[in-house]
Amino acid sequence: MNPFVQFYQFFADGFYYLFDKWERVSPFFFEHLRISGISLAIALLIAFPLGLLVSKVRWLATPVLGVLNVLYTIPSLAFLAFLVPFYGLSPLTTIVVLVAYAQTMLVRNITLGFIGIEPSISESARGMGMNPWQILWRVELPLALPVMVAGMRIATLAIISIATIGAWAGAETLGKLFQEDNPRKNAAGIICVVLIALTADQLYRLLERAASGYRRKQAPARPQAQSVQVA
Amino acid sequence: MSKTIVFERVSKDFTGTGRAAVRDVSLEVMEGHLVVLLGPSGCGKTTLMKMVNRLYEPTSGRILIDGVEIHDLKVTELRRRIGYVIQQVGLFPHMKVEKNIAVVPQMLGWDKLKIHRRVTELLDLVGLPATEFRDRYPSQLSGGQQQRVGLARALAADPSIMLMDEPFAAIDNITRTRLQDELLRIQQNVRKTILFVTHDVEEALKLADEIVVMRDGQVLQYDTPLNILSHPANEFVVELTGADDVLRRLSLQAAATVMLPWEGSEKPESQMPRIAPSTDLRDALALLIKTGSEELVVVDEDGNRVGRLTLSAIRNLATQPTTVSTS
Repeated sequence: MNPFVQFYQFFADGFYYLFDKWERVSPFFFEHLRISGISLAIALLIAFPLGLLVSKVRWLATPVLGVLNVLYTIPSLAFLAFLVPFYGLSPLTTIVVLVAYAQTMLVRNITLGFIGIEPSISESARGMGMNPWQILWRVELPLALPVMVAGMRIATLAIISIATIGAWAGAETLGKLFQEDNPRKNAAGIICVVLIALTADQLYRLLERAASGYRRKQAPARPQAQSVQVA
Repeated sequence: MSKTIVFERVSKDFTGTGRAAVRDVSLEVMEGHLVVLLGPSGCGKTTLMKMVNRLYEPTSGRILIDGVEIHDLKVTELRRRIGYVIQQVGLFPHMKVEKNIAVVPQMLGWDKLKIHRRVTELLDLVGLPATEFRDRYPSQLSGGQQQRVGLARALAADPSIMLMDEPFAAIDNITRTRLQDELLRIQQNVRKTILFVTHDVEEALKLADEIVVMRDGQVLQYDTPLNILSHPANEFVVELTGADDVLRRLSLQAAATVMLPWEGSEKPESQMPRIAPSTDLRDALALLIKTGSEELVVVDEDGNRVGRLTLSAIRNLATQPTTVSTS
């Protein structure tokens, strides 16, 4: 059979399954969103103070980012398998892995965001009599935000894709649709993951535009987005 | 007139360098004066200035503002009372011009209407029409315009003291001259006590009421521009300021200081060029050379002849040797 027809047939069946059997897909769909959301929230809560710390205490950059980079090179399936004895076959295992992976991208970009601020800007903020909190919230955070949001976008896309694999470690995510040899289910799963990823990507692009609005006024220079790596 | 800023035996060591950035400096800065800290890079002029708003803390000695030791004040409150202008300007790129200028007034809790009026007033003062510039982002301004906003921002809460750290150093020549002229004009109106750091001798001579010449963390001389050129404290000051440059010295003296009283002249007056009493001697000399005349008539604002300035008088002054005082 013509491969194009096969390809078309595969996804047409997927869409059909999605609409016909939505009540079977929806629990996985929402669980996927839930686990991704929880992971992102926890990851941010850890990464923000860590990134801020690394940006202020520069010598921490090499060890912290080094450890995170090593963490990132562990294959996700191996990572999950390694954690199962500790957290069991439960969503917790997946969440721990997702949080760990997201750290690399989040901490890196949060640090870069703060380091990239012109020192004279922080100095004049200090010289004008702002206290450290005012400097952080009114000056440094808004200026670091575009780079931070770029990191969040990459981390979120990675979380969404890796959450799929969590199905093998007890998380009821869309990965469940890949566990049996049923092309219609498989296709429906792919469609859902891609849909979530595209939507998230677009939302982040809007957010990035809003956060760097003042820059567009003159310079065409946009923050250099890093290449998106989907595991 | 009272002393506004007093340095008492102030020293500053930076840990690890093993060398004092500022050594045992005592200075008194008078209210309403523009005092320039002048010296080569690394002489400690910026360090000395940054101790006034406590961006650096002195290792020993104390600094008083209006008789109060600054260490006894809350650091953020001290800084809000002192205008601060730096070479890189340091405007906040995510805030429009109005917001940038409003930062300190906002922290001081001014109401919106008062801030709005103040921003308009300040933009007019620094020569940027408020209607056009209020809503711009810093990236939409030229370098000179940015520093004007920087100046307006520093003046926002009407501080009595301004610290200016090489504010015009990164700006092209023509714009720099214009900004210097405007700073002098603004200073005539607002009369702030200004500490101004520069390594540019011309700028120092042009702006200063008094100049502090520094080297290796110490003050070599603290005097008016004219006295620094005519009585430099040592060879280093001569070299740094070009005190032996006759024209430079002439440019600091007004015609009124050396003119002879008007007693009529044997020459037909109609052929003699006229100058104002405030004209500096360099310009007067240039006029003499250009017109080929031997003397000039000094005329006041109402057109009354008040004196005459002769070529020989300027020559006498110029040939006086520069005396290096041996203290």
